Amino acid sequence: MTLPLIVAKSLRQHLLSTVVTAASIALAGGLLMAVWVVKTQSNDAFTKQNAGFDAVLGARSAKLQLVLNAIFHLEASPGNLPWTDYEDIAKNAAVALALPIAVGDNYHGYRLVGTTTNLFAVEHAPGRKYRVAEGEPFAAGYMEAVLGSFAARQLKLKVGDKFHPYHGLNFDEKQKHEELYVVTGILEPSNTPADRVIWIPLEGIQNMKGHDAKSAAEISAVLVKLKNPIAGRGLELMYNKQGNRLTFAWPIAQVVAELFGKIAWFDRVLELVAWLVAAVATGSVLASIYNSMNERRRDIAILRALGARAHTIFLAVVLECAAIAVLGMVAAFAVYLGITTVAAGIIRAETGVVLEPLAWHPILAWAPAAMIGLSALAGVIPAVKAYRTNVAENLVPVS
Amino acid sequence: MPLLEIIQLKKSYAAPDGGTHTVVDVPEFKLEAQAQVALSGESGSGKTTFLNLIAGILAPDAGSIKLNGLELAGLRESARDRVRATTIGYIFQTFNLLQGYTALENVLLGMSFGPGEDRELAKALLKRVGLDAKLNHLPRQLSTGQQQRVAVARALANRPKLVLADEPTGNLDHANAGESLKLIREACRENGAALLLVSHDREVLGQFESVQQLGILNRAAK
Repeated sequence: MTLPLIVAKSLRQHLLSTVVTAASIALAGGLLMAVWVVKTQSNDAFTKQNAGFDAVLGARSAKLQLVLNAIFHLEASPGNLPWTDYEDIAKNAAVALALPIAVGDNYHGYRLVGTTTNLFAVEHAPGRKYRVAEGEPFAAGYMEAVLGSFAARQLKLKVGDKFHPYHGLNFDEKQKHEELYVVTGILEPSNTPADRVIWIPLEGIQNMKGHDAKSAAEISAVLVKLKNPIAGRGLELMYNKQGNRLTFAWPIAQVVAELFGKIAWFDRVLELVAWLVAAVATGSVLASIYNSMNERRRDIAILRALGARAHTIFLAVVLECAAIAVLGMVAAFAVYLGITTVAAGIIRAETGVVLEPLAWHPILAWAPAAMIGLSALAGVIPAVKAYRTNVAENLVPVS
Repeated sequence: MPLLEIIQLKKSYAAPDGGTHTVVDVPEFKLEAQAQVALSGESGSGKTTFLNLIAGILAPDAGSIKLNGLELAGLRESARDRVRATTIGYIFQTFNLLQGYTALENVLLGMSFGPGEDRELAKALLKRVGLDAKLNHLPRQLSTGQQQRVAVARALANRPKLVLADEPTGNLDHANAGESLKLIREACRENGAALLLVSHDREVLGQFESVQQLGILNRAAK
């Protein structure tokens, strides 16, 4: 009882410095956990995200650009390919399903992707197909659209609403197309990039007024589902090594992993910054307690005069530092949730990839343990000073 | 066997000129159990150092301090802390109450390093000194006389065999000083503790049957 009481009283007596120091621990701890979780979850989410496909076939380009454009609906299309290329790969014995897509228009920044109704037969996750939750699928050849759930929510469009597409992948109000599309359905949330897309019939993009006439017989890419994922090796050899006109991006996870490999240095810089902030915060615990040692001397001397052992005082100071870190790390979870929620919102809005701030990650246990341990360790320095306090000198003036 | 027996006790400090300055040089001093003795001493007579040596706060350079049959002089600091926590109560001139603790918590601290906390005893002691209505008051919410009474209750909290009082009335006005001294003496008597009080106040010293001159007792006194 005595030791916790001494610690609690001291924390209360130095309330302002306790709050300020705990706040710095909270910010540092929250940042550390958030950086780690966002980094690992986004890495996992992107590399596991294939929207239900094994590979992408497109115009000759970097595989990453092809995947970002066709799967994540980011980046510009590297170019078009003739419809016959779609027909060829669709007929290939190794291919279970081939889905042609065409891009080039948007509605208020949300990309229009032309495709066939085969989209609704694709399993984006085991046992889960792209399902229309409200309304019905678009009909081939009609100016109808099915919106991804996120796009529908952001655009405030509902079944029966009509809209004019805009030319290009970026919104420019001067680039309005004449065609008027009607929303026939809203997709069930899939937590894939498809949620951010406005899906329309392939012919819609191909025949949109103002588009190049030759694009009527072209597509932007083909999304490929293989009967056996290993079969991708043969197709990769055929398109990438033996041919020089097309690119077969396979396997998608590896292509995305290469992206993360290229920006791994950035992750390490972020980690380093987070650790430095954590080190500065634990240093602030040391500075805060150490600087208050002069005003604590009298209290320490009184406690010693009452019979408190020097090691009890030592332990009280170390525990006080640890207690500040405990208070800080409790608040750090609020900081962590704040940062990850904002980051998850931005990542979802920009890529459709969903992060889960509430999901368990080991950093959520060992970051608090590390911060509390480091703070207690930092407390050893002022604790030694407290241990060495001269009782007689600080108790009363020697007569 | 006396409760406290001191033989050839010496304590020196380093002097600014590089030599040593002897503050305490007491050839012999004895205090019987439950006795009440006053030591008279002016500033510089080494009275606080003498009490701190008995309390084990300071270690002597030479000599023997036997308290309740236990030789303190050879004990390590932690062992002396233990003796102080279980055997000695200390009343300071400036009371030395912990400002962040209530009256009750100050008294509880007086027992927590020794026999352990006894909330009922702490309350009873505060009631005995007339502060049963001020248990949860912080020192700054109490008058000087009330703070002194908390210090008395705290000194008795560990059921000490010896209470040391260093100018306990030095910060009190005339009326409070007399009342406080009476309280200290009665409380020690009721609790079976011996009292060793140092003061330079003639009125205080006049209340004691046994008064010794520290100037004579301590050969190092100026």
